[in-house]
This record gives sequence, C-alpha cells and structure tokens, in this order.
Amino acid sequence: MRNICFYFQIHTPFRLKRYRFFDIGNDHYYYDEFQTSDRVNNLVEHSYLQANRTIAEMIRSSNGKFKCAFSISGITLELFEQYAPEVIDSFKELAATGSIEFLAEPYAHSLASVFEGDEFVRQVKMHSSKIEALFGKKPTAFFNAELIYSDEIGELVSKMGYKTMMIDEAKHIMGWKSPNYVYNHSYISKLKLLVRNYKLSDDMAFRFSSLSLTAEKFVSWISALPEGENVINLGMGYEVFGMIQPAYTGIFDFLKALPYHAMEQQMSFVLPSEITKKADSAGALSVPYPISWVGNDKDLTPWTGNDLQQEALNKLYAVGERVRLCTDKPLLLDWLILQSTEHFRYMSHKDPHGTNYETPYEAFMNYMNVLADFLDRVEAQYPSTIENEELNELLKTINHQEQEIERLEDEVAKLKTKKSKPVEKK
Amino acid sequence: MKALMFGWEFPPHILGGLGTASYGLTRGMAMQEDMELTFVIPKPHGDEDQSFLKIIGACNVPVVRKENSWDHVNLRIGSMMHPDEYFWLREGIKYDYRRIHTNDLGCIDFSGRYPDNLIEEISNYEAVASVLANRVEFDIIHSHDWLTYPAGVFAKQISGKPLVIHVHATDFDRSRGQVNPTVYGIERRGMDMADHIMTVSDLTRRIVIEKYHQDPRKVTTVHNAVEPLPDVDLFKKTPRKDKVITFLGRITMQKGPEYFVEAAHSVLQRTKGVRFVMAGSGDMMNAMIDLVAKRGIADKFHFTGFLKGRQVHEMLAESDVYIMPSVSEPFGISPLEAMQVGTPSIISKQSGCAEILTHAIKTDYWDIDAMADAIYAIVKNPAMFESLSKLGLEEVNNIKWYDAGLKVRRIYDSVL
Repeated sequence: MRNICFYFQIHTPFRLKRYRFFDIGNDHYYYDEFQTSDRVNNLVEHSYLQANRTIAEMIRSSNGKFKCAFSISGITLELFEQYAPEVIDSFKELAATGSIEFLAEPYAHSLASVFEGDEFVRQVKMHSSKIEALFGKKPTAFFNAELIYSDEIGELVSKMGYKTMMIDEAKHIMGWKSPNYVYNHSYISKLKLLVRNYKLSDDMAFRFSSLSLTAEKFVSWISALPEGENVINLGMGYEVFGMIQPAYTGIFDFLKALPYHAMEQQMSFVLPSEITKKADSAGALSVPYPISWVGNDKDLTPWTGNDLQQEALNKLYAVGERVRLCTDKPLLLDWLILQSTEHFRYMSHKDPHGTNYETPYEAFMNYMNVLADFLDRVEAQYPSTIENEELNELLKTINHQEQEIERLEDEVAKLKTKKSKPVEKK
Repeated sequence: MKALMFGWEFPPHILGGLGTASYGLTRGMAMQEDMELTFVIPKPHGDEDQSFLKIIGACNVPVVRKENSWDHVNLRIGSMMHPDEYFWLREGIKYDYRRIHTNDLGCIDFSGRYPDNLIEEISNYEAVASVLANRVEFDIIHSHDWLTYPAGVFAKQISGKPLVIHVHATDFDRSRGQVNPTVYGIERRGMDMADHIMTVSDLTRRIVIEKYHQDPRKVTTVHNAVEPLPDVDLFKKTPRKDKVITFLGRITMQKGPEYFVEAAHSVLQRTKGVRFVMAGSGDMMNAMIDLVAKRGIADKFHFTGFLKGRQVHEMLAESDVYIMPSVSEPFGISPLEAMQVGTPSIISKQSGCAEILTHAIKTDYWDIDAMADAIYAIVKNPAMFESLSKLGLEEVNNIKWYDAGLKVRRIYDSVL
C-alpha cells in the first residue's frame, strides 16, 4: 500500500530596514516593520488561512484519514503572534484534530547546523518548547532549515533524540536509488531519513498550472510508480497554496480532491513520525557534505557560495559563544533574527531568491552595517579583551554571588543568635 | 562590406571619450573578415594606427580645384596621403566651394578640435564629404556624433547609400537641459535623415526617442566596450596607510562633482584612514575647492589637476574606490577602465554603463547617503573590495568591442 507523506514548510523572515553606516552606534533597531508585516499579511491573507481551512475540511471529510505535517520556524511563529494571531489559532484548531504533526527545526531558520553545533542545539530546543507551548506537543520528527543535511548534522539531530529526519532527493547522494523508501543515517541506524520526492513535489509546487495538473492525474502518477515504492514524500513551502499558485489556478480544489482520488487507489496518508515506525529502512545514505533543497546542485552555495556570504557568516558566528553568555533579551532576539538564511541568500550573485535589494552588494552592505552595530553591542556587554573562559568564571561568580551572600548572611545571623544568647542572659 | 565612417577624433590625439570609442569600435569591427573601413577625421597627425583601417584626413582632401605639381603635393602632404590619391580625389569635386577659405592645395584647414567656429567647421566637413562620396567606394555611411551628421547626410544624398548614425551623446546630456537650438537642429536633422540610429545606452536611446521624436524601431542600443590594457600587470597598488577614493573626469556640472564632495564629508565624519582625490579639471573646479574648504575636510581631500594618458590608469590603479556620480552620462567608459585595473567602482544609475555592469555599486547621483555607505562598505570590508575587484575584472574582460562590432554589422545588414 502506498503512503503519501505531506509536509509543508512555513517561514518568512524579518526584513532589515535601510541601515546606513552612520546609523552604527546610534540606532539599534534594525527591522523594516512595514515590509515585514506586509509580507506576513500577504501570505496569511492569500495563502495560509485559506489553505488551513481547506486542510481542516479535508481532514473532516476524510474522517481524519488525511494527514500532513508542518514545519514552522520560531521566528515566523513570533511574527504570527505579533501580526496575525488568527493563524496561530487556526493551527491550534488543526492540531486538535490529531491529524497534524509539527516538525522540529532550528528556531531562527538558520545555518547554525553547518556553522555552530551548540547554537543549533540551543535553537532546536527553543523551537521545540515553543511548539509545545503553542500546540501542546513536542515534535519528534526533524526538518532542518532549507532541508540542509549531512552525516554530521544527522548525528547532532539524533543525539537530541529525534528518530526521523527529512532530506531532499539530491542526485549525487541518491544515485540510482529511489526516494520512495525509508532510509537511515550512514552510521546511526536508528535515525530514519525520509527523502523528499523532488520531481513530484515540484510538479505540484511550481509546474501545477503549466502541467494543468488534476488530482486524478497526480494520483495516477503515484500509482504508476514501481511496485514496492511505498513512501512518497511531498514537501514544499506552504505558500505554494495561494501565492506561488494563486487561488484562481484551482490549487485549492486540487488539494481538496486529492484524498478522494488517493483513497480510491488504496493509498493512505501518513505522518513522518508514523511512517518511520511502520516501514523498515531500505539502507543507509552517506552524506559527507551538506545538501539542501535549493537549485539543481542541492548544495549550500545559495547561502555560502561567494566571498560576501562567507565574510558575513564568519563575522556573525565568530561571536556565537559570547552572545550565548549574554542575558540581554533584545540582544538575544536580534542574534536569532540576524541568523535567518535569507539574509545570506540575498547576497548570492547567482540566486538571490526573494530579495528586496537591487543587488547582492547592497544586501551585503546593509547587513554588514547592521552586524557592525550588533557586534558593538556585544562588545559593550563583554569586551573582547576578556577570554571566554575567564568571562565564564566571572559570570559564575557574579551569578552565584547572591546565593553566596545569602549563605554568608545566614551564617552571620546564626552566629549572631549564638552570640546574642549569652548577652540576653546577662 | 565597405563602410565610410565620419568621426571627429582618433587616438592618440583625443580630447574626450568619442575618440576612444571610435577606436575601439573600428578595431572590433575590423576583426570581421570582410569588413573594410575608411575613417575620415578632420585632422590626422600622421601617427594614428592604420593597421586595421584606412584613415583619410579631411584637411588633405581638395574641395576646390587648384593646379599643383605632383612634387609640390608630395612635399606638402606626402606624409599623410599619397599624391596620386590627392589627384584622384580631386576628380570628385562636383560643386563650387570657392566661398570657403582653402589653402594652396584647395584643401580646408581644420583644427580637429572644438573651436569657437565649430559650426563653420562642421559645414566645411560637409564639403569634404561631398568629394569623398563621389570618389570613394563604399556600401554604407556611418557618422559618429552630431559633428559629423551633416557630412553623413550629404554623403547619403549624393551617393544614395544608407546612413547610420552613432549617438555617443546628445545635447541634453551635455547641457543638463539648457539645449542649444542650433546643435539640436543639427542632431535632429541627422537623426531624421538616418536609416538607422545607434545609441551607446538605453538611456541615450530613450532620449533620442523622447526628445528627438524618433521612431523606436529605428533606434538600437549598441553598448560600448573597453579595449584590453596590454600592460595591465604593470599597474600596482602601492601599499599605503590610507584608503584612496577617487573621482576622475572633467569637473563640470554633468559629472556631479559636488555629490562626491558631500559624500566624502559624510564618510570623513565617522571614518579614519581614508583620503579623497578629485582628479581632472573643469569649470567647477574652483567651486569644488571652495566647497571642500567650507566643509572643513581639506586635509583629507586632494586635487590633482588634469591627468592624461598613462597617468589616468595609474591614478585608477592606485585608488581603492573609483566613483562616478554623473548626473547624466550617455555611457561613461572610465568605470570600466577602473575595473580593468582591479579597482571597485561606484557609479550613478544615471549613467549608461550601469546598464551592463553587475559588479559595480549603483546609486542615484543625488543619493549622497547611499554613496557614502558604499564607500564605507568597500574600505571597511575586505570581502566587499575583493569581490568587486575580482568579479568586476572578470566582467569587464568579457565586454568586448568585437561583440559590439557584430551588433553594428547586423544593423548594417538590416538597412542594406
């Protein structure tokens, strides 16, 4: 029996405002609220709400047989809370049906998995508690930002206790292998990998109107797959519904019709964490160098491919350890927002997808100005003349000083009472 | 394919960008095997590179028949033109030009520059064109810039051969709106009479269509390119403590020098270790010196005066940033020259070369903040400098006159 595993990614970044070098040191607010909220509202209005309604209806009419997973970045959840709380409510309603699974991902939709393991782990934990706080359940399957994956990242994810992870179908990794099986990590067999069926996913996401796709045709393609290929992973950005494919193309009707046609062909819908329990692994996949779900090369070049991007990322992650010692809330929030992958994507010469800058150089200039101010703030908190280890010790002393004082005060009080007793006697 | 070109300047004796562009284009076109070029200029100096085309000096073409011995002609202009050719051309005199002042050979003395009696020189050039049109063999006429349009038009009327004109600049660029009606008249007539119009950028194309009311179908953009520097490796950046940011060009209203000074002021307020250089001369130079003094940045802002030849490339190579804040620039070849020696460029969006450059920073000419920001980014971020320098060099090495020549050729073919 064929199993269709749908998962949708939702992420929209904070846009930076025009930040000139003479703002460095004077202005510590970096964001273009208008652009950011405008983008959020656009997505919500044209895509997310209607798509959620459609999916709710599909779950209802299929008696809970239709299932799908969502990966929503922490940053985006914060944006929803601020600009479109109705979306959160709508997801809560979906979550209540029990046919929905939320996936774990780094809070800031960052490249931390590649650049800084500690930061990555911290962000995943943050995201997991955010999801639990909002939707009542900790995620158990993992969807890394931009589907970035390598053996090393897999190991980190597995150590955090996740048993399921999505990856993309990269030709140089898969070779002749079909994506339609469950695989596992190259040396940690308990971490199962779900490989996104890149062709079918993109047919739906980007070629829906040009192929004049119908639910019937789409399901017939799936049933035409070779015998035994039973796990079809369809992953895409949620904005496919209503934005990339506007409502008038009929994408919502297509979606609505899918469960009926699929079930007619004896197919079922599964959640990522279910399928990895159900199906056995067909083998291990070795991924020595990171892959992603972007472009034909499926590598990291859209974010790290040129000198500008390298420079920006190196400067940013050089202070990671330092920032994590800080307790200043606004600083910590900026640290997260500045890590979103988009900032670096916009600096790409070959593929600055979704950019709001005229050139990659402009994106770099603006980001570096913001980063310079941010780094100054970090420096002001803890001057770089003090080594991290030393700082850690100092901080320990400072943080413990209250307890220490309390302890000493107790002692003084005790001693006083001891001393005072004889005095009273007199 | 034989083309008769009318130009005004040709290297090594040039006064502006027109000469450089004429040279590059003809060189690129000469690479096409069946292309024969005859290039007419008012006054050659004899040291022009004629290896790939034939140069005719208008000052050696007789327009009034005068009897002279072969030896006398040889003595007078033998170094420029074979006496036989002189006598052969003399047979092309069909009109009476005795009203024009001519010398003992019946030739006109051209200055070849931009004198006060420029309009007279332009019409004398027409007379020469009539003689050439009668004698020289060609398939097409190609006129470079407004000074040569009347000559081209007359040659077309006489020979019946198609005329294409090449707009390197219009009076709207030169005058910032204060158009000279005589010049406009000459330009307009040339465009009206041309079979096809080539412009050096889309910016200029729009001006030609909107201000000169030309049919868009008749106007095509052929972007300029840049000649590779043969001794590019000889230009080095001397290591120095301060970063150098350079403006290079005529210090006139068209080039927007005041925006450069204001941007410098903005950068200097917050940045140490930078110096600004304004190279060139022009009618706004003194005003700029005043402005620099008024802003109190004279200790970090330097003027070099007019630079020429090799000095230009040296100055560009020694700079860390080249900036061209032109208010209106039909093309602007100097950023490409800066990029050739690995110097990052900041150019105004109002310049034609912005249309073909990716690895240069583009700002509006009036946007001093953006300009200052870009300067700051390049001098403070080595990655920014390296990227612009490396990728810019690659980019500019791929902008070839040969390709521009092919485009011109396709236009020739379309009007024949």
